Amino acid sequence: MSQLKIENLTVVFDGKCVLNDVSFEVKKGEYLCVVGENGSGKTTLMKCILGLIPLKKGSVLFGDGTDGRSVGYLPQQSTAKKDFPASVEEVVMSAFLGKRRLPFYNTKMREKALDCMKTLGVLALKDSSFAELSGGQQQRVLLARALCASSGLLLLDEPVNGLDPTATKQMYDVIKQLNVKGNTVVMISHDIPSAVRFADRILHLSHNGCFFGTVDEYLLSGFGDGFLKDGAK
Amino acid sequence: MSIYFDFSVFSGEFFPVSVLIYALVVGVLTGICASLLGVNLVLKRYSMIGDGLSHVGFLALALAALLGIPTAQNIYITIPVVMAAAFFLMWLSDSGKLKGDAATALVSVGTVAVGYIIFALAEAGAAEVCSGLFGASILTMNAEDMWLCIILCGVVLLLYVLFFNRIFAVTFDEGFVKASGLNVKASNLLLSALTAVTVVVGMKLMGSIMISALIVIPAITSMRLFKTFRSVVLGSAVISVICFLLGFMFSVTFVVSRPDSYVSSTVMLPVGATVVCFNVLALSVAGIVGKIRARRSA
Repeated sequence: MSQLKIENLTVVFDGKCVLNDVSFEVKKGEYLCVVGENGSGKTTLMKCILGLIPLKKGSVLFGDGTDGRSVGYLPQQSTAKKDFPASVEEVVMSAFLGKRRLPFYNTKMREKALDCMKTLGVLALKDSSFAELSGGQQQRVLLARALCASSGLLLLDEPVNGLDPTATKQMYDVIKQLNVKGNTVVMISHDIPSAVRFADRILHLSHNGCFFGTVDEYLLSGFGDGFLKDGAK
Repeated sequence: MSIYFDFSVFSGEFFPVSVLIYALVVGVLTGICASLLGVNLVLKRYSMIGDGLSHVGFLALALAALLGIPTAQNIYITIPVVMAAAFFLMWLSDSGKLKGDAATALVSVGTVAVGYIIFALAEAGAAEVCSGLFGASILTMNAEDMWLCIILCGVVLLLYVLFFNRIFAVTFDEGFVKASGLNVKASNLLLSALTAVTVVVGMKLMGSIMISALIVIPAITSMRLFKTFRSVVLGSAVISVICFLLGFMFSVTFVVSRPDSYVSSTVMLPVGATVVCFNVLALSVAGIVGKIRARRSA
C-alpha cells in the first residue's frame, strides 16, 4: 500500500491549467524528488497534498498510517521569520499544535521534541535564539519541527534554497539519513543533479507533460538532460 | 519658576484617593493586555492595525456622543464598531486588495476625519474631542470604569493564555500551521478581536491616539532585550506596567509653581501622554543596552 497516492490531479487557476492530469505514488520509505522549472506547478502540487487548495479533478490519498494532518511539512524559508524572537525549542514544539485540542503541550510531546532535535543535531541549540542561527541551522530546526509533526511522511519545499554549499551538503545528508531510518521523503527541488544522486524516484513537472519513474528511467528518458548538463558545469 | 514633585495628592485632600486607584487598575490592566497583543501584532507586521483601531475608537466615541449615549454605556457602541473595523482591516490586509499599511493609513485618517465631523454635529466641546483623542482627566475615572476594565481585560488575558501556543505558531509561521490543518483565519480573528477590546478599554484613560503606542512600544522594547518568545512576551508586559506606574506617578505629582503666582499651581500632566513618553524613554534605554550587549558578544 502506498503512503501517498495522487491520481489524475488537475488544478486550474484563473483559467490557466497549472497541473494537468498528474499521477504518481510514493511507498513507505521511498525518497521522491519533484523537479521542474519555475511555474511548472511544484508548489501547487505541494499545496494540494496539504489540502490547502481545492482540487479541480483527481484525488490525493494517504495510507500507511498517514493522513493529511500528520504530514511533516517544511515550508519554503520566508523572510518574515528572520528577526523572530523564539527559542529553538519553542519553534520545534509548535509542531504539536495540530495534534491536540487542548491549549498546552504535555511531557510526552516535550520528549518527542527533544528526540527530534537530537536526530537533527540541534539539541545543543535548544535554548538558543532561532533568529541568531545560521541558515543551515535554521533549516535543520525547521526540519526537526517537520519530523515532530509527521507520522512518517516528510514534505520538504526546497529545503536547500539559499544555503551555502557546506550547509546544502549537510542538509542533503541529514535528509538521506532520515530516509534511511524509514521516513518517506517527498522533496521539491531545483537541484536535479542532487535529486538524481539521493532520490529513488523522480517526478518531473513541465509544461509539456510530466515524467514519473525511478532515477535510472529518468536518466534514460532524457527528460532532465538540459538541467543535468547545466548542473554539471 | 520652580519644579518639584508633590506627593500630597495621595492624601486625598485635593481629590478622592479612589480615583487614583481606579486609574491605576485600569492603566495597569490595559497596559498588560496591550503589550502582550503588541508582541504578536508587531511580529505579524500588523502594528499599523493597532494604530488604525485606535483611530477607529475615536470615531466610535464620536458616534456615541452623537447618539447621546452616556459615557458609562458607550462600550455598547465602541466595542462593536472597533471590532468590526478590526475584522475589516485584517481581511483587507490578508486579501491583498490593498497593501496592509496603505489600508490602515486610509482607515486611520478617514475615521478621525469622520469622527471629528460627527463630534461637530453632536455639538461636542473642544474638551470632549480632546479627551477622546488624548485621554480624559483621571478625575473622571469611576468604579464602573474599573470593573468594566477588570472584566474585559480578564477575558482578554484568559483567551491569550489559553491560545498562547497557537498564537505563537500562527505568528511564527502561518504556512506551517495551515498545513497542520488548523484554522489560521480564526486565530487571526481572535487576535484582532482581543486587540479591539483592549483599545476600547484603554481609550478613556489613555486617549484613543495614545493607546496604539502602548501596543507597539513595549513589544519592540522587549525585543531589544529578550530572544525567546515567552521572555519577549513577559518582558513586554513587565516593561509596560513599569512605564505606566512611572508615567502615572510623574503625571499626578508633577508641580510647576511660578513666582508671579501666589498659589502654587498643580498642573496635572495628561496621564496617557506621560506614560507614552516613559515608554519611549524605556525603548531608548533598551536600544542602548541591546547595542552594548551585541558589541560585547561580538
